[in-house]
Amino acid sequence: MSTTHNDWPLWEVFVRSKQGLEHKHCGSLHAADAQQALQMARDVYTRRQEGVSIWVVPSNTITASEPDDKAAFFEPMADKIYRHPTFYEIPDEVGHM
Amino acid sequence: MKTVEAPVGTRTAALGYLLHLADNALVLGQRNAEWCGNGPVLEEDIALANMSLDLIGQARLLYQHAAVVAGEGVTEDSLAYFRDATDFRNYTLLELPHSSDTSERDYAVTIVRNFLYSALMLLLWEGLQKSKDAQLAAIAGKSFKEVRYHFRHSRDWLVRLGDGTAESRARTQAALEHLMPYTQEYWAPSAIETVADTEGRAIDAAALKREWDDLVNDALQEAGLQRPAPGTGLPQGKNGQHSDHLAPLLAEMQSLARAHPNALW
Repeated sequence: MSTTHNDWPLWEVFVRSKQGLEHKHCGSLHAADAQQALQMARDVYTRRQEGVSIWVVPSNTITASEPDDKAAFFEPMADKIYRHPTFYEIPDEVGHM
Repeated sequence: MKTVEAPVGTRTAALGYLLHLADNALVLGQRNAEWCGNGPVLEEDIALANMSLDLIGQARLLYQHAAVVAGEGVTEDSLAYFRDATDFRNYTLLELPHSSDTSERDYAVTIVRNFLYSALMLLLWEGLQKSKDAQLAAIAGKSFKEVRYHFRHSRDWLVRLGDGTAESRARTQAALEHLMPYTQEYWAPSAIETVADTEGRAIDAAALKREWDDLVNDALQEAGLQRPAPGTGLPQGKNGQHSDHLAPLLAEMQSLARAHPNALW
C-alpha cells in the first residue's frame, strides 16, 4: 500500500492486567484516530489475555523530561534514603500500597 | 440451477448443517490468512490473523462435533483435510480470492466480505445459542463473542474506506458491486437447512434477512456507499457447487495432511 501509514499519528498504549490495579505502558502504534488505536491495541497487545482495560494516548501530548536534566532532576534524591518506606512497619489494615 | 435432491433424513441434516457452518469458518479463515505477512499495516496484519484463528477455532469445534454425529471413524482432520471441493458446503462468497480489477490483493474486497459475512453470523450465532443441539448452542455462545468483534472491525473499516479518499471509496463500492450478489445464497434455504430448522437445530437464515438488511443499510449509509442491486444469479456453494477458486485454496490447505497422513507435531 501507499505511505499513508506514516501519516497516521503515534499512540502510546497502556494496558491494565487482570491482577493489576493500574494501567501499564506496553508500547505504541500508529492509527488514524483514537477509536482505531484502541481497536488495534486490542489486537496487538492483548492477544494473550494480557488485559481487561486499555488506554490509548496521543504520543505528542506527552511531555517528557529531558535526558540532560537528569542531574538536576534525579540525583539530589540519591542521598535521602530516609524517604524510603523501608524504615516503617506498614500496618496490615493499610492493605495494598 | 435446479438440482434434484434425495429426501434428507435427520442425521444427514444434522451433519450437513454442522459441516455448512464449519466449512464457512474454515474457508474464510484460510482465505483471510493469506494476509499474514502481507497486511496493509502491521496492526491489521495481526488483526486479520487473530480473526482467522477465531474462525479456524470455530471450525475445529464444529468438525469435532460433526465427527461424533458422523461416527464410523470420522475425525475433525478427515473432515477438514480429506474431503474434496464438491463435498464442501461453504457459501461461495467465502472462497472468492481477495483480488479486484485494481489489485491482486485488495483490502476493500477483504473488508466488504468480512462485513457481509459477519453481519449474518452476528444474527445467526445469536439465534443458534438456543439450538436444540446443546453442543451447537455452546459453540454458538463462544462464536457470538468472537463475531461481535469481527463485525465491529469490518464495519469500522467499511465506514473509513467508504468515507475516505476517492480511491478508497471507489474500491469499496466496486467490492460491494462484486460481492453483494453472492449474499443471495444466504436467503435460499437448502434441503439440509430446512430439515435442520424444522427440527429446531438450525436457524432459518431467510428469517434474519430484515435484520441483516438493517445492519448493512445502516453501515452503508454511514459510509456514503450505494447498495447495489442483488443480482439475478444464485450461487450454490452450500449445495456443493463451487467456483473454480475453492479447489486451489483446499489444495494448498490440505497438501501437508495428505502428503503425510497421521503426521504429528
